[in-house]
Amino acid sequence: MFESLTSRFEGILRNIRGKGRLGPEEVEEVLEEIRVALLEADVHLGVVRTLQDRIRERAVGEELAGVLNPGQQVVKIVLEELTGVLGGETMPITFASKPPTVVLLAGLQGSGKTTAAAKLARWFKAKGRNPLLVGADLARPAAVEQLRTLAGRIDVPVFSQPGDPVAVAAAGLVEARRLGRDVLICDTAGRLAIDDDLMAEIAEIAGALEPHYTFLVLDAMTGQDAVNVAEAFHERLELDAVVLTKLDGDARGGAAISVKEVVGRPIAFASTGEALEDLEPFHPDRLASRILGMGDVETLIEKAEETFEKEQAEAAAARMLEGTFTLDDFLEQLRQIRKMGPVGDVMKMVPGMGQQLKDVETDLDERRIDRIEGIIHSMTPVERADPDVIDGSRRARIAAGSGTQVNEVSQLVRQFREMRKLMKQMGGAGSKGRGRGSKRGQKAGRRGLGGRTTPRGSVKVPKKGLALPGLGGDDPWEGLGSGEPGGLGPSGPPPLV
Amino acid sequence: MSLRNRLGSARGAFATRLAAVRGRDEVDAATWERLEEALILADVGVVPSAALLTLVRERAAVEGASDGDGVVEILKEEIVGRLDGADRTLSVAGAPSVWLFVGVNGVGKTTTIGKVGRRQVAQGRRVVFAAGDTYRAAAVDQLALWAERAGATVVRGAEGADPSSVVFDAVEHAAAQGVDLVLADTAGRVHTRRNLMDELAKVRRVAGKGAGTVTETLLVLDATTGQNGLVQARQFGEAADVTGLILTKMDGSARGGIVLAVEDELGIPVKFVGVGEGLDDLVPFEPGEFVDALFE
Repeated sequence: MFESLTSRFEGILRNIRGKGRLGPEEVEEVLEEIRVALLEADVHLGVVRTLQDRIRERAVGEELAGVLNPGQQVVKIVLEELTGVLGGETMPITFASKPPTVVLLAGLQGSGKTTAAAKLARWFKAKGRNPLLVGADLARPAAVEQLRTLAGRIDVPVFSQPGDPVAVAAAGLVEARRLGRDVLICDTAGRLAIDDDLMAEIAEIAGALEPHYTFLVLDAMTGQDAVNVAEAFHERLELDAVVLTKLDGDARGGAAISVKEVVGRPIAFASTGEALEDLEPFHPDRLASRILGMGDVETLIEKAEETFEKEQAEAAAARMLEGTFTLDDFLEQLRQIRKMGPVGDVMKMVPGMGQQLKDVETDLDERRIDRIEGIIHSMTPVERADPDVIDGSRRARIAAGSGTQVNEVSQLVRQFREMRKLMKQMGGAGSKGRGRGSKRGQKAGRRGLGGRTTPRGSVKVPKKGLALPGLGGDDPWEGLGSGEPGGLGPSGPPPLV
Repeated sequence: MSLRNRLGSARGAFATRLAAVRGRDEVDAATWERLEEALILADVGVVPSAALLTLVRERAAVEGASDGDGVVEILKEEIVGRLDGADRTLSVAGAPSVWLFVGVNGVGKTTTIGKVGRRQVAQGRRVVFAAGDTYRAAAVDQLALWAERAGATVVRGAEGADPSSVVFDAVEHAAAQGVDLVLADTAGRVHTRRNLMDELAKVRRVAGKGAGTVTETLLVLDATTGQNGLVQARQFGEAADVTGLILTKMDGSARGGIVLAVEDELGIPVKFVGVGEGLDDLVPFEPGEFVDALFE
């Protein structure tokens, strides 16, 4: 979508280079494309108009002389305007001086309040707080049971009782004080914005709780109605922010920008998956590109870079599995890792690796990588392609050339050969078993590695058993698969690093 | 009771804009703009709205519709025309028939099963609910409560059990008991999750492997859903061979314009509309009534 929007802009702006700046006609054409893009992303019609006006103001007369790519330049303006509406900062959550900090959740049926309540409790708990969940949804059958089950998984207490939701909320507050819980999160029944009785009820609940934070839980897939919903809830409750749910789908989430524009409230949290960990403080700048269909990738250039490196990595992986992986490939992998920062830090970001490093106490010394690189650099292309040709005299030459010891050279060669053999064995190991939890790993991997290796391709970083030859302790192979292919994690081909 | 009455105070934005058009003695640029706005606000979608209005314009020119009322009537006819003729019945075949309920999280699958079950029991059928949502906490309890209200029985599996096997067992149980109909619940899932969509495809396959026949796969769609609804319908259609749509929560927003695109592009007919949280708050979808409810 982003590409198509950019290329559509390109078409409109094809003749602009000679003129050097955007005229009103081109801008109107561009604005029409933007209108369609925003409406398809479910941005409210009225908000689309406001945005169009602002973009028009900025774009007409925009200096494009010397700009290599006017289409991207215009996309940049649009992105900046959207980001401007959304605000750049993540909303800070502060705690009440007199606990508990009270959080009230409200929203339509099915927006995800109960799950969001449990996810928030987990988030607060991870921040070192002691939350109490209050189940005031007495309308939906089994809603309180659902809350109790979820809370059980994160070991957070739940307070609820039959009867009246307002009374439950009030008693919940007393209970939180009695138990010394410092955060209270109140789940409420889903209600329609047009249901006066239930809207009055939630206002009463708010009156009883005097919440520090009132969050509207909003489904990212909501269409044009989102604005009315937000306005109605805001009118009754004075919302503080929105929790945007189901952002793990492919809905572009235009509703969020409408809500921010119309009621002026930010998105505090976004839910990006079904697991209780899948709730994050929201980064508004990331949504702007998503609304335009760009995904979370910052720039096209970075994306191109990523694709290039992904192809490289996949080719290397293929060679690995064929057993034709060379020391040059290995060197390239080392380079890519080092580009991302200190090796130890990078390795900690790999899913499952942080724990691994803690357990094994692997010493990832930058200087040892320097030495490995030195050794490989001192080899001839023939030697790098096929280390088997390295005999005693070659070893001595390489050691002398790299300023290392002969036994270091032979150790590297031996380990590399061993690794290549293992890789080849694993070439046959299939990939299976994608469970509910698997997306998380992929996501973490994508984020952790800055999206620069293989976000989703055939090459995945294994959960276990990752080691660099020559980097480990006494036995650098200790971590690598424990000799059996299954040890390298369930999801496909072997590690690249 | 008509759909219009059931929607109560939800009618508004769309009808208000149309009212402004209706009163006009002439048809000008502002008329068309208002109509387009009304359609977009009902979540019909920007491209389908434009396409629809192009047709209405042509007809208005040919038929000489010169005032707001005339144009609005043509628009209504065009929309009804698009929706007319589809088979909106729920089919049964032998015993037991299986109706599978699918959709993203929070659209109202479990509640809808309760309401559909109630209607079927009222028509004299023996109904079993299969608790195929083994993922969401307490989903089975929720379904069991609806079963009690609807006069159906519920067959449940162990927590975290494979949904396919739960549904299969329910069908076998139903066959043994001479039950007519199995309404199978499934866990909500976001359609971009490949593995979960594969799981759903499996549920669909396995449900028809034993004594029963899957005669309906019903996609439950929240009426407040925006343009993503079309993507949902496409993806669920591919994974589970969707035969019909149930539009829920119409009482909240009176929109649901996305179903026009779904019927038009994918040929999936809307069969029922949910209009409240009560056991009887489900009405058969009837195009004329639906369009009236949106327009008046």
